[in-house]
Amino acid sequence: MRWGIPAPAVPPTSPASLHSAPSPPASGRRGFSVWRDPRQRSILIQTFFAVAVFAVFAFLAWNTAANLARYNIKVGLQFLERPAGFDILQTLLPFTERSTYGRAFAVAILNTLVLSAIGIVIATILGFLIGLARLSSNWLVARLAAIYIETLRNIPLLLQIFFWYFAILRPLPGPRQSLSLGGTVFLNNRGLYLPSPIFESGADLVGVALLLALLAATAVMVRARWVQARMGHRPPGGRIAIGMVIGLPLVAAAATGFPLSWDVPALAGFNFQGGAVVIPEFVAMVVALSTYSAAFIAEVVRGGVLSVQHGQVEAARAVGLREGAIYRLVVIPQALRAIVPPLTSQYLNLTKNSSLAAAIAYPDLMHVFAGTVLNQTGQPFEVMALTMGVYLGISLAISWFMNWYNRRVALRERPP
Amino acid sequence: MRFHSVLTGAALAVAAVLPATGATLDDVRQRGVVHCGTAPNIPGYAFTDDKGERRGFDIDQCRAMAAAIFGDPTKIKLTPIGPRDAFASLATGGVDILTHRFTWTFNRDNGGGIEFVMPLFYDGQGFMVRKSLNVKSARELNGASVCMAQGTTTELNLADYFRSRNMRYSVVTFAEPDEARRAYDEGRCDAWSNDLGSLAARGLGLKNRADHVILPEAISKEPIGPVVRQGDSQWMHVARWTFAALIAAEELGVTQANVDEMKAKSENPEIKRLLGVGDDLGQKLGLKDDWAYQAIKAVGNYGEMFDRHLGPNTRLGLARGLNALWTNGGLLIAPPFR
Repeated sequence: MRWGIPAPAVPPTSPASLHSAPSPPASGRRGFSVWRDPRQRSILIQTFFAVAVFAVFAFLAWNTAANLARYNIKVGLQFLERPAGFDILQTLLPFTERSTYGRAFAVAILNTLVLSAIGIVIATILGFLIGLARLSSNWLVARLAAIYIETLRNIPLLLQIFFWYFAILRPLPGPRQSLSLGGTVFLNNRGLYLPSPIFESGADLVGVALLLALLAATAVMVRARWVQARMGHRPPGGRIAIGMVIGLPLVAAAATGFPLSWDVPALAGFNFQGGAVVIPEFVAMVVALSTYSAAFIAEVVRGGVLSVQHGQVEAARAVGLREGAIYRLVVIPQALRAIVPPLTSQYLNLTKNSSLAAAIAYPDLMHVFAGTVLNQTGQPFEVMALTMGVYLGISLAISWFMNWYNRRVALRERPP
Repeated sequence: MRFHSVLTGAALAVAAVLPATGATLDDVRQRGVVHCGTAPNIPGYAFTDDKGERRGFDIDQCRAMAAAIFGDPTKIKLTPIGPRDAFASLATGGVDILTHRFTWTFNRDNGGGIEFVMPLFYDGQGFMVRKSLNVKSARELNGASVCMAQGTTTELNLADYFRSRNMRYSVVTFAEPDEARRAYDEGRCDAWSNDLGSLAARGLGLKNRADHVILPEAISKEPIGPVVRQGDSQWMHVARWTFAALIAAEELGVTQANVDEMKAKSENPEIKRLLGVGDDLGQKLGLKDDWAYQAIKAVGNYGEMFDRHLGPNTRLGLARGLNALWTNGGLLIAPPFR
C-alpha cells in the first residue's frame, strides 16, 4: 500500500455508515478528506504519477524530434528501398550489390537467426552432457567438466571469439593446398566447400514423397506411444518410421530417374567456385557461442538435477530401473521444471551475444545493418530502432516458446 | 517513493536535453578546450606514442584549431571514435569537429546533420597482396577474396570496381581495420583493401611487411578532411580558414621556425595579412588578429605537418603526390587571404 498499490484497506468507517452519516458540515474540509481516504488517495496519486510518466515520455519524444529538426537530420524509412551497393559474405537469400538496403536487412536477420539457432542446439546438447558429467561419480570426468565450466564462463566471450577465429584460420592451408575429401569436399582457410545439390525436374515429387513419409512416420510413432500407454508393451515403431522416411523418397527418386545432380566446387583462379561454402567466421562464431553458453547451461542443468530429491532415484532403483532409464524417465523430467526457466535466459543471452559477430566479419544483423548500412545511409535513429526491434522480437519469440514449453513440463497436479 | 520516481524521471528528461544550438565557437571558448573526434589508432594520423601522448597528422589539425582560438595548442580534448559512431556523435554535440579520416561524399555532406570543411588529404583506395601471388595489377584480382574494414566508402568502391569490370570477388568485412589486417595476415584473404595512406600506416603491423606489396592502382578518389556540424557557418569558417592558413603558409614559405621573423620583418603584403600584421582578418572570424600566426607557430605549415607524420622520412614514407601544393603539381590550394 505504501508503494501505491491500491489495496482494499480497512476503511476507518464502513461505506454503509458513510452513506447514512450526515454530510460533512464544513465544505472547506472536503478536499482534505479525499487525501485521508486511502482508496481515493491512491487513485489520485497514481493518476498524477501516470500523467507525470506520460509527460516525461512525451517530452523525450518532442525533444528528440525538435533536436533532429534542429540538426537537419532527416528521419524516415525510405532508405530501405534504395540500392545498397555493397556485398555480403554469407547470404541465404539471393543478394547482389544492386539489391536494396531492405534486402540487406533481411539477409542480415537470417544470418543472425541461423547462427543463434545452431548455437542454441549445440549449446543445449553440450551443456546437458557437461552438466551431467559434472555430477558423475567418476572423479576425473567430474573434475574435467568443472574445469571446462570454470574456464569457459570466466573468460570474456569476445576474447574467445577471436581465439577460435584465429585458432581455426591459422592451421588451415591456403586454397591451392586445400585438404580434399575424394575431390568433392575441400577445406582451406577460406572455408569448407561442399557440393551443393541441383534439383532437376521430378525433384518436387521426391519432396512430396519425403513429406508424406514424415507424416506417416509421425503417425506410426504416435500410435506406438498410445499402444504402450494402453497395453504396456511397445510395438516396433521406430524401425518402421525410419524405413518409411528413407524408403519412400528413394522409391520416388528411382521412379523419376534420380532427378538430382551435384554442383562440385572447383579451384578457379584464387579460390574455389561453385558448391556451397561454410565460412570460417560462421564456424568460429558457432564454436565460441555454443561452448561459452554450454558452460552456463551445464550449471543450470546441474542445479536442476540436484533439485530432484534423491529419494526419487532410490525409489526408481528399488523398482528395478536401470541407471539410464532412471535419468531419462525420473530425474530429467522433474529436473526440467527447474531447468527450463533459467535455460530460457541462456538462450536469450546466446542470441544477443551473437551480435559480437561483427568483430570477426560474420555478417549478422549488427554487422551488416547496424554497421555498414548505418554508416552508408547516415540514418542512425531508424537503423538502431529497427535493429533493437528485431533483437527484441527474436527474444520475445524465444521467451514465448520456452514459456509454452515450460507450461508443458511443469508439474500438473490432478484435479481434486 | 513515488515522488522520487517522478523526480528521477524529470532529472533524466532534463539530462536528455542536448547542448545549446548554433554558436559552437562560444561554447568552445566557454569550455576552454576544442573537442576533437579522431581515429582510435592509426600510425601517422592518430596514434599514442611511447610516452602516452596522442600524436599524428589528424591530431595536429586539432592542435592548430586550439592554437587559432586560444593561442595555445594544448587546449584540446581528444576523443578516439570509431567510424560507426563518429557522425552521430558530432551531429548531437558530442564533439566539436572530427579531425578524422573521413572521405567527403555527397551523402555524408547532405542530410546527416554534418558537413565537410575541405579536403586536407587526398587519398585513393588500393590493395595490398602477397608478393608470392605474383599479382602486378588490381585488374588481375578476378575471383579474389578481399579483407577490409566496414563502415566506410571502401566497401562501395570495391563493389563498383569489380562490378564494372565483370570481375568476381568475395568480401570479408571487419568492424575494426586492424582485425582486417590480422585476418589478411593469417591468409583469410588474397588481398587487403584500404586507402593507400592507411595501407602504408597499418601495413606496419604485418608480421613481415617485406612479403607484401601495394598494387599501383588507386580504384577511387578519397578527398579526406575534417567534418563539422551542419548549420554553424561561423564555426565552419573558423575551421576552413585555419586549415587554409596552414596551406597558404607553405605557399608563402612561412614555417614554424621562421614565423616569428616573418611576422616581425616580412614586407610581403599577403604574409602580413595572413599573420595579422596591420590587418584584422582574424576578427572577421571572431578570433584574435594573430590566429593564423598562432596556428603556424603551433604545428608548422601544411608541408611541415605532412613531413613530420607521413612523409618520406617517417615510417610511412608517403610521397606528397596529390597532396603537393597546386604550384608543384598537387591539389592543395588555399583561397587568397585578402
